[in-house]
Amino acid sequence: MHTIAELRAAYISGEKKPSEVIKEVFAVIEEKNDDVFAFLDVFEDALAAAELADAVYEKNGAGTPPLLGIPVAMKTNILIKDKRATASSKILENYTATYDATIVRRLRDAGAIFVGATNMDEFAMGSSTESSAFGVTKNPLDTSRVPGGSSGGSAAAVAMGAVPVAIGTDTGGSIRQPAAYCGLIGYKPTYGAVSRYGLIALASSLDQAGPFANTVADAELIHNTMAGQDDMDGTTITDDTYPAVPVKETYTIGVPRDFFTEGVDEDVLRAFDTHVEELKALGHTMVDISLPLFEKGLAAYYIVMPAEASSNLARYDGIRYGYSAPAESLLEVYEKSRAEGFGDEVKRRILLGTHVLSAGYYDAYYGKAELARKKMREELDEVFKSVDLIVTPTTPTPAFKFGENTDPLAMYRQDIFTVPVNLTGVPAITLPMGTVERDGTALPIGVQYIAPHAGDARLFALGKRLYDERR
Amino acid sequence: MKREDITHLAQLSRMTVTDEELDALATELPKIVSYVSAISDIAAIEGDKTPVVGPVHNVFREDVITNEADGHTADLLREMPVTEGRYMKVKKILKTNTD
Repeated sequence: MHTIAELRAAYISGEKKPSEVIKEVFAVIEEKNDDVFAFLDVFEDALAAAELADAVYEKNGAGTPPLLGIPVAMKTNILIKDKRATASSKILENYTATYDATIVRRLRDAGAIFVGATNMDEFAMGSSTESSAFGVTKNPLDTSRVPGGSSGGSAAAVAMGAVPVAIGTDTGGSIRQPAAYCGLIGYKPTYGAVSRYGLIALASSLDQAGPFANTVADAELIHNTMAGQDDMDGTTITDDTYPAVPVKETYTIGVPRDFFTEGVDEDVLRAFDTHVEELKALGHTMVDISLPLFEKGLAAYYIVMPAEASSNLARYDGIRYGYSAPAESLLEVYEKSRAEGFGDEVKRRILLGTHVLSAGYYDAYYGKAELARKKMREELDEVFKSVDLIVTPTTPTPAFKFGENTDPLAMYRQDIFTVPVNLTGVPAITLPMGTVERDGTALPIGVQYIAPHAGDARLFALGKRLYDERR
Repeated sequence: MKREDITHLAQLSRMTVTDEELDALATELPKIVSYVSAISDIAAIEGDKTPVVGPVHNVFREDVITNEADGHTADLLREMPVTEGRYMKVKKILKTNTD
């Protein structure tokens, strides 16, 4: 599939029409979706929207909104009015959104056309898209392997060539990990940069929406379109919430070596070392840094996230919307609707969250985890006094095979490098970092850059120089 | 964490769990709880009792009516499992002598 920039140029010159491109999108979905299963729903009305865009381009050319006629796939936990939004859960199987998410409104105002809803791990709980209630999504680059998760459908939609960009959500790595597994750019914004209004919540203090794309420039354009303060989300930030983070020619980049000692694939480490040498050759200063608390990140994450999830998912009660089981009493409606509507991983996390929040355990778990987050932020602030950016592999391994990580804890460790970023609220980007060979197939891996709070522009500027210009 | 603890958590969470689910949860949950217990090893946070306050704070503003009366009623009613006219219907909560 083309990039946004290529499509836009072709639309303006008249070489291609939005309606032709939407037909191409549908053709790719028709050809590949039965196997890959990136899309849960295809929005047929996209064609009518594209035909309107055809006419607007003919009349106004370059004077049209910047995303006019650009096809975009949306993760099925993002609300688009009058479209199904399921979070890939049986409990929301027949739920139709009654309003637009703020990011949907902003993308639509810029002219984007939504072509379909993508599959995900149920309620974004997972790292493989295997926990969807509606079936697994396959990695288009090797269909015996997972696309990553939880935004696996959005990653696969771009990687299989259906769309130039897709939107996902990232609570502990759910954009960056699948982007790395599928050879794409993936972006997790500064917490509060993008409104969460109209996203189906997993853990509200961690969730952020962001793009999957083939170029950093496309990811930046989509992010900038979605970002900005929103009255409907009191946690959105303004330009003066954090000190400005300037873009520079070269950077001092920190490498947290101690962090990579255990459980990281040797080929991934070798590719990472090569990448670090390239950065030196490009004039960047590489320094070893120590982030001892980051290694505790996963423990803190698996307290905070289930605690918030168990509270957020209390709203699915079989009363106001969603699946409702037939029952005799009100209590039974709750208990049966939730028992029949939620899958195994969701139940595990609700129970875990209820446990860590219950009387007698709150201080030992949730209180400690929140203090750990504060200490992690302080540790990070200290490190960012001497470095401009931090670099790590995005994931410890390339994409794994279906059923390979059946132990929940093994699955959780996939997110070891991405989780601390959400816990501290800083922004991070993943760029493709070459490939490693497994069973004769070249599998992509990713490199993650982490910037201080509000350092989004710095990540995009570096990403464009490191990736787009050398593509 | 014993089976009855998990049954109790399920009651608190308003979810029934089957015996089969209990078998799996009784092996999985203690492992996860033991893993996250590593949080208590963080020496640096011992003794730090200062409240956790980030730069993001609560936002208050006046309520402003942004939609017409009945503008969303039909959409919201459509999503409700059981309705009667403009009302959502729920099961009886309290039992009476005549029940």
